Amino acid sequence: METALKTENLHKTFKLGFIPKKKAVLKGISFSVIPGEIFGYLGPNGAGKTTTLKCVTGLIFPDKGNIDIFGRPHLSLEAKEKIGFLPENPYFYDYLTAREFLRFCSQLFPKKTKIKSPRILELLSLVGLKEVADLPLRKFSKGMLQRAGFAQALIHDPEMVILDEPLGGLDPIGRKELRDIIVRLKEEGKTVLLSSHILQDIEMICDRVAIILNGEIINQGSLQDLISQKVLFTEIVLSGVEPQELTAFGEPLSTFGGRTLLKIFEEDKIDNVLRLIHSREAKVHSLVPRTETLEDLFVGIVKNT
Amino acid sequence: MKIKAIALNTFKEAIRDRVLYLLLFFAAVCIIFSRLLALLTVGDRVKIIKDVGLSSLSFFGALMAIIIGTQLVYKEIDKKTVFSLLSKPIHRFQFLLGKFLGLVLTLFIMMVLMSVIFLVLVFFHTFTLEWNLLAAIYFIFIEYLLVTAVAVLFSCFSTPILSSIFSLSFYLIGHLSWGLETLINKMSPGLGKTLFRILYHFLPDLQNFNFKTEIVHHIPVPAKLYIFSTVYGLFYTFFILTLAVWIFRRRDFI
Ligand SMILES: Nc1ncnc2c1ncn2[C@@H]1O[C@H](COP(=O)(O)OP(=O)(O)O)[C@@H](O)[C@H]1O
Ligand SMILES: [Mg+2]
Repeated sequence: METALKTENLHKTFKLGFIPKKKAVLKGISFSVIPGEIFGYLGPNGAGKTTTLKCVTGLIFPDKGNIDIFGRPHLSLEAKEKIGFLPENPYFYDYLTAREFLRFCSQLFPKKTKIKSPRILELLSLVGLKEVADLPLRKFSKGMLQRAGFAQALIHDPEMVILDEPLGGLDPIGRKELRDIIVRLKEEGKTVLLSSHILQDIEMICDRVAIILNGEIINQGSLQDLISQKVLFTEIVLSGVEPQELTAFGEPLSTFGGRTLLKIFEEDKIDNVLRLIHSREAKVHSLVPRTETLEDLFVGIVKNT
Repeated sequence: MKIKAIALNTFKEAIRDRVLYLLLFFAAVCIIFSRLLALLTVGDRVKIIKDVGLSSLSFFGALMAIIIGTQLVYKEIDKKTVFSLLSKPIHRFQFLLGKFLGLVLTLFIMMVLMSVIFLVLVFFHTFTLEWNLLAAIYFIFIEYLLVTAVAVLFSCFSTPILSSIFSLSFYLIGHLSWGLETLINKMSPGLGKTLFRILYHFLPDLQNFNFKTEIVHHIPVPAKLYIFSTVYGLFYTFFILTLAVWIFRRRDFI
């Protein structure tokens, strides 16, 4: 089967400090990204996500291991033409405007790629920078730079985009907008590899994930396989019943405004609680079943190691 | 095409640097100051103006090359602009060559500006256009190429301050290495003499680009020497750039 990206047994050691001290950052990373999927690369800060992505994009040379992009060696120009990369906390030439910067980027591709100027405008409006197209990047906020970074990664319409913490530094609206762009890329048949330490961003959109911890991949697979769909517990917010009366059903917690948050672990007790509430003419404000999240999985794995 | 884009972008960046204009101002002050110096001396005043003017051109141009050149590559790595650039389908040597050429273009503009001030000043004294001064300026420019390459080389692996010190030493030693030859000739044979002789052969001889005396004093320069100096300069520049590429290609951008 063709893979969009295949990494095999990547090792990398950094020598840091005045008196160089060795630090193993990648200890045998292997994973494959299938064409057309959104692949999430997850792990806490310092796990080695950025280092892995820099190896893939040819910014760092691994000590050992092999990387293929669409079946080609990752350092070949053919491979690099197929990918677009958004670095972590991107920073660009601050004396250029967004439009000038994208024009400059477009000149770094072979003529046959044919990037026309309408493409630049189209990208600027896609990432929501159309109004500030002629503002120098020095006046851009962190979130706006992130958007500009998105645009430069997409400039040549690559088959695969590699995004390092793509939603970092964005407000909630920005996160949603850029998440929508990522989903749209998938719908267009592109492959997406993105890294993140924030799980909520990823679990909604990823097909498969790999979890990296201290330079090692400790779990990978499709989201359905990693996360059980069963309900862990149900949270009911109610008012009008004393918390003491509820201890038989689950764990009651007093909250503001006379409300009580009740955590119920057995499903059959939910009906009993509701009946009680009904008989007292009390009020239910919300009822939320909680399934396992990637976060739970993540916390569990990190605790066990 | 890719190299051209990078070179033009580098030029755009370099030409914005205020240090450049400060140095240009100092160069102008020195050139004009030579006029005052000339008043205080007996003998050929025009010769002093020419001498000081050409020296200023050489020194301040080299200083521009060093200060801007040592920053250029370092800044790209430090500010991480290099990440998005080098993940695009370009070779690292194309990046480095683009940076070099962009800086050379900047220096060319600066050289033109300094030369205009200098030539106008000379014209007011002689009332003839002295084209042979252009030959001297041509060799000063070849020297810029070499100094720029050295600055770029150091900035591939070192901080701007250290790189500037190294590059400035290169410039100064390069101009004093003929003094080393005199020293060697005066030394008694032995290990010291051999060591100095080896050192002498490895150091660049920037005096090869110094045709000031000949041109100012209207001493004819054989054509062979012009060709030799040009080839020497271009070859040395090529060698230094190759070394820079060799280092840069192996670098990790952590
Ligand atoms: N510039 C650097 N200087 C020192 N250590 C670094 C540097 N970059 C990365 N590291 C080390 O490499 C490890 C992995 O970093 P990184 O790949 O950036 O992690 P992540 O992107 O998952 O947060 C970290 O533990 C850190 O100690
Ligand atoms: Mg990171």
